[in-house]
Amino acid sequence: MIQVENVSLKHRSTPILHDISLEIPKGGITALIGPNGAGKSSLLSLIARLQPLQVGKISIEGFPVDTTPNRDLAKIIAILRQDSIVTSRLRVRELVGFGRFPHGRGRLTAEDQAIIDQSLQQFDLTDLADRFIETLSGGQRQRALVAMAFAQGTDYLLLDEPLNNLDMYFARELMRSLRKIADGKGKTVVIVLHDINQAGFYADRIVAMKTGRVVADGAPSELLTPETLHAIFGFEMRVETIDGIPMVVHLR
Amino acid sequence: MSNAARQQSSRTGLLAGFVLAALFMLSLFVGVIDVPFHRALADAGALELLLISRLPRTLAALLAGSGLAIAGLIMQTLTRNSYVEPSTAGTAQSAELGVLLVTLLWPSANLFAKSIVATATALLGTSVFLMTAHRLPPTQPFLVPLFGIVYGGVIGAAVTFVAWQADLLQYLSVWTNGDFSGVLRGRYELLWIGAAMLVAAWMIADRLTIMALGRDASIGLGIDYARMLQLGLVIVSVISALSTVVVGMIPFVGLVVPNIVSRLMGDNLRGTLPVVAMSGAILVLGCDILGRLIRYPYEIPVGTVMGCVGGIIFLWLLFRRPAHA
Repeated sequence: MIQVENVSLKHRSTPILHDISLEIPKGGITALIGPNGAGKSSLLSLIARLQPLQVGKISIEGFPVDTTPNRDLAKIIAILRQDSIVTSRLRVRELVGFGRFPHGRGRLTAEDQAIIDQSLQQFDLTDLADRFIETLSGGQRQRALVAMAFAQGTDYLLLDEPLNNLDMYFARELMRSLRKIADGKGKTVVIVLHDINQAGFYADRIVAMKTGRVVADGAPSELLTPETLHAIFGFEMRVETIDGIPMVVHLR
Repeated sequence: MSNAARQQSSRTGLLAGFVLAALFMLSLFVGVIDVPFHRALADAGALELLLISRLPRTLAALLAGSGLAIAGLIMQTLTRNSYVEPSTAGTAQSAELGVLLVTLLWPSANLFAKSIVATATALLGTSVFLMTAHRLPPTQPFLVPLFGIVYGGVIGAAVTFVAWQADLLQYLSVWTNGDFSGVLRGRYELLWIGAAMLVAAWMIADRLTIMALGRDASIGLGIDYARMLQLGLVIVSVISALSTVVVGMIPFVGLVVPNIVSRLMGDNLRGTLPVVAMSGAILVLGCDILGRLIRYPYEIPVGTVMGCVGGIIFLWLLFRRPAHA
């Protein structure tokens, strides 16, 4: 379980997060949605101890993120930031392999190799495994980064807008893979999404944020209503249910 | 590492090893006094010459070259910028400042004490550079090397000013322009500490590769980012300070060698680090031999030769971008 208790955050004098409390139980997919600047990425990076905690407490599986040794946390939680840029000339296989670093501190066992192969296969990277990252397209690069986070094999996976640069096929593939590891392996996925229909279809729970506060929290069917969406994003949307799935029409 | 990468790595490593061995032998037999190969071991005088002068000189070039190349590589990794190296980022200049100050304030200090002070000032100077470099916007990759050049220039100017005031300008060139002609047995051994730094770098190669992915990725993978940054700083500073004090500054090695190896083999340091070290040794040893031969029997300091050769290689690197970048 991820426990966030009374967390506030300021950047210089600008408040980013206001007194956020949130419990994310083990297992399942939680989607974070909300307008730009709502504080979704800040919350994610606080949970993943990328930023020092200013006010409040955060723990994962009971381990407080600010005092637990970094190398231990790396076996429990993996994060993919939205603005990850790879400037090094690494081959796809090497990059994905570094996802295994927390486990063997650099020594790759046969088991590690199997996990790397599996991650490559899952994101259709097997044919690109010996290519340098810089020679890939934006979407292929994004897949390699997600595969690296997958290879880390942690129970908790935080993804900040991982669908960026992905075409429809791979966006669907990624969401299906996440669903698979959440259902099959009991992994906990927290994902920042801007495509509300992806969130509605794949997530078990949606947490909506606005100006540093949690403004709505619930199952997609409860949360995806015209009133709630208006309160979050500030404009009218239609919600239709097709085959039991809430679909948000937000184009008009 | 993938199979393709490993094969390429061992092939390149083998080739570099052969070239280095050949230059090593050549260096032993190039100099003002002619030592024919067949007489080297039979003639006591020839053997003494080899042991007192030629071998130490060759080893010094080898150690300084490999060390400077690795220092450049680590610096590029820590700044995530391929255009910085110790001599263009204030490290070498800070070391010069340290050795100059110790010469002024404590003239009787031996080489070891000078090295310690130079290492301390190099550490300080490089820390300031790195802290500033990390604050520069990553969207402007050329700001980091530009800042480094200006910063190094300011410290260098301070060094010149102090030396001028103290009437030590002549002396200053001992450190600002690398030269192996003064290397004798008993006067270069400090460089072996640099070899220990190479071993340390090799041991943290994976961590350095991850650090090149950025702070967030490093922390996410369980690396103590702040401590590794400090360790990297120490390695860079010790290597640069030792080479500055013992043989003087040699430019461009830390810049061109890691860039060439990166283009050929990528940036997975576990595989490339030994090749970078060997290539650095090849370049410096090669330039030193060149300096001994160009106007034989006189010598041109290796710093001068490297300034030309390194500059040409660097320009070539800039103009010949990799085909797919």
